[in-house]
Amino acid sequence: MLAAISHQARHTLFEIQYGVHLTLGSVWAVFTDFRRRDVVEQMDILGAGSFGIVALTGLFAGMAMGLQFTVELSVYGAKDYLGKMVTVSIIRELGPVLTALMVAGRVCSGMASELGVMKVGRQVDALKVMGINPVAKLVMPRMLAVLIMLPVLTVLADAVAVVGGYFAGAVVGKLSWSTYWAAVDQGLTVQNLVGGVVKPVVFAWIIGAVGCTSGLLSEGGTRGVGRATTQAVVKASILILISNFIVGFVVLKMLGWA
Amino acid sequence: MIRFEQVNFSYEDETQILHDVTLQIPNCSTLALLGASGSGKSTLFHVLLGLLKPQSGRVLVDDMDIVPLKERKLTEVRRRMGVVFQDGALFDSLTVGENVSFHMRECMDLSEEEMEARVQEGLDYVGLGHAMDMMPGELSGGMRRRVAVARAMAAFQPAIMLYDEPTSGLDPITADTICDLIRKVSTEECLTSIIITHRLKDAFKVADRVALFKDGRVYYEGTPESLMDSDDEYIQRFVA
Ligand SMILES: Nc1ncnc2c1ncn2[C@@H]1O[C@H](COP(=O)(O)OP(=O)(O)O)[C@@H](O)[C@H]1O
Ligand SMILES: [Mg+2]
Repeated sequence: MLAAISHQARHTLFEIQYGVHLTLGSVWAVFTDFRRRDVVEQMDILGAGSFGIVALTGLFAGMAMGLQFTVELSVYGAKDYLGKMVTVSIIRELGPVLTALMVAGRVCSGMASELGVMKVGRQVDALKVMGINPVAKLVMPRMLAVLIMLPVLTVLADAVAVVGGYFAGAVVGKLSWSTYWAAVDQGLTVQNLVGGVVKPVVFAWIIGAVGCTSGLLSEGGTRGVGRATTQAVVKASILILISNFIVGFVVLKMLGWA
Repeated sequence: MIRFEQVNFSYEDETQILHDVTLQIPNCSTLALLGASGSGKSTLFHVLLGLLKPQSGRVLVDDMDIVPLKERKLTEVRRRMGVVFQDGALFDSLTVGENVSFHMRECMDLSEEEMEARVQEGLDYVGLGHAMDMMPGELSGGMRRRVAVARAMAAFQPAIMLYDEPTSGLDPITADTICDLIRKVSTEECLTSIIITHRLKDAFKVADRVALFKDGRVYYEGTPESLMDSDDEYIQRFVA
């Protein structure tokens, strides 16, 4: 039992170490062995497949928030503030987290299975033998693509969600666009925007690092790849939720609580 | 010339896989590496490619020890090697043609036409001229190995060819086709080759010498004929 725990701990430490190694290797590759075609290809795969689900997620999250807040705020006669409430909760929390979780579900599993198949099928070795650095060819483009695309997708989700909040407010609370928008404007403070941009960057790194690490460390044939794939999504999701709290805390601490 | 000198290797879990392996493959000759599965054949293969570092011993490729080499230097050595991995290791997101041209595209300055011509030539050579635009997933096992041979030979003219179980999982007729191809490749080009196999018949078809592996040790080395004539009990069981 104890031995099993210590083995697991050592394995986790190794995974973290490997994730850091891949990250540093990717940063190095951006400057020394940049592969534009692969980056663009990965961005395309990631973006094209994700815009739809992210927009849909944003829309319904925004409408749900709008609905609940309209009802609650009306009790205090404060439904004119709906825009601010929705904006703050979406930009600071729901937008980045939901987008990252959706993308993790799609992309992290995709990375892990693709790279896992390449690993166990010796395609990674084939690359090395041809003198091609697998980190530069496989990992860097994936990491960079999420790093660029996740903030973009998050802003999209935020925007759609704010509009969704208005739909709910208009239907349930008979709110006008100008009232709603004025309140949204109040919500767009520096703190919120900074937090809203820092989070996707951190989450993107988690998704890229976890996906690539799980894939390249998978062992034991196709079953191993399957295991790595599901575990990658779970690990990434949990890390996203934990780091969401930490980043939120740090940003508020650094920029003031108000 | 390839020479292994007292190579010892263990993976991270510290069970020793290769024990004092010493082997020599002269230029323009073919060695068949025989042995039960799990005896360490692929491990030796990956040591030769520099993918694994042995804990002790030397691995000489044309008198240069590759064990201490860094990745950059290794790449130069590997350029002289054509490698066919177990099951081919084709990139399955690319077409057959792209697989064969992959190395050229990444490492050489060639025009599209030149590249296409060389790919066509390579695929014709292995008898798969028509398969250029197919995906690896659509190929049979034997076709995958043949594409892997074409890919291994495409970019740089290799002086050394390495095959890891090129015939396993194939029907006897297809396996013979692959062996004929290997034979053709190594005689026409005077290549130094190592072919891992557990089919004795392959060894007879392609190899000048055979080495029989047992539990990470070279158990026997000699010509295929002398292997057959040996009265050692394990060898008898292996060749039976
Ligand atoms: N990555 C690895 N980590 C630990 N042990 C391994 C690894 N790869 C292979 N082995 C072990 O090394 C031994 C030899 O494997 P291998 O060289 O693949 O044999 P062969 O190719 O002769 O079938 C086997 O017992 C196998 O379990
Ligand atoms: Mg093997």
